[in-house]
Amino acid sequence: MKKRMYLEIDSISENENFARVTVAAFVSRLNPTLEEIADIKTAVSEAVTNAIVHGYDGKEGIVYITCEIEENEVHITIEDKGIGIENVDKAREPLYTTKPDDERSGMGFVFMEVFMDSLTVESKISEGTIIRMSKKIGE
Amino acid sequence: MEYILKGDTLLIVMDRDLDHHNAAIIKEKIDGFIYSGQAKNVIFDFKQTNFMDSSGIGVVMGRHRLLKPLGGTVKVKNLRSDVERIFLISGLYKIIEKEV
Repeated sequence: MKKRMYLEIDSISENENFARVTVAAFVSRLNPTLEEIADIKTAVSEAVTNAIVHGYDGKEGIVYITCEIEENEVHITIEDKGIGIENVDKAREPLYTTKPDDERSGMGFVFMEVFMDSLTVESKISEGTIIRMSKKIGE
Repeated sequence: MEYILKGDTLLIVMDRDLDHHNAAIIKEKIDGFIYSGQAKNVIFDFKQTNFMDSSGIGVVMGRHRLLKPLGGTVKVKNLRSDVERIFLISGLYKIIEKEV
């Protein structure tokens, strides 16, 4: 049976911690290792930070997070209705950032990719971005 | 967060989490020490930190970029496993030294 949770948060930076801790708590029923929990927390933190910093560009908005558990696999989506990503392939390249002056490292998507089993990015200019990531626990 | 200035070296005992939210606060504080000429070297002590994401890389790299032209250094110490992993994957150790 699928288990599901849904979270809507304002696009303010203090919610980054709340989002990753909440997802981690939801996933904990699969008895993940500490490393698996760290992986998920980091990936969620990156995606939510991207939504706040880039998607909404620091402006008001809502970040939508869903988390689904299907057997031993976790599916997480993080969605914003912000400005969208012009070139997704470029955005996913290591060290690429549109905000070097803000000391964004350009490593966000790299971490999502490294720490999760799969990652897809769907984005439309002026409509927003949906990040979908999955990870099997205990493998 | 704890900021300890010894000579021209600033030691920062980092909090539990280093993410985008607290990165801005930390940067401002450290840069205050640098721009006022009080600190030329910075050491990040991660002994209490068990979460860091790519925003943390920005903090460390940003201070490195700021201090290098001034002849200063940035070092890190006491990394726990989760933070160590972020450092390894990001390749930060190619640029930033560990303080022993």
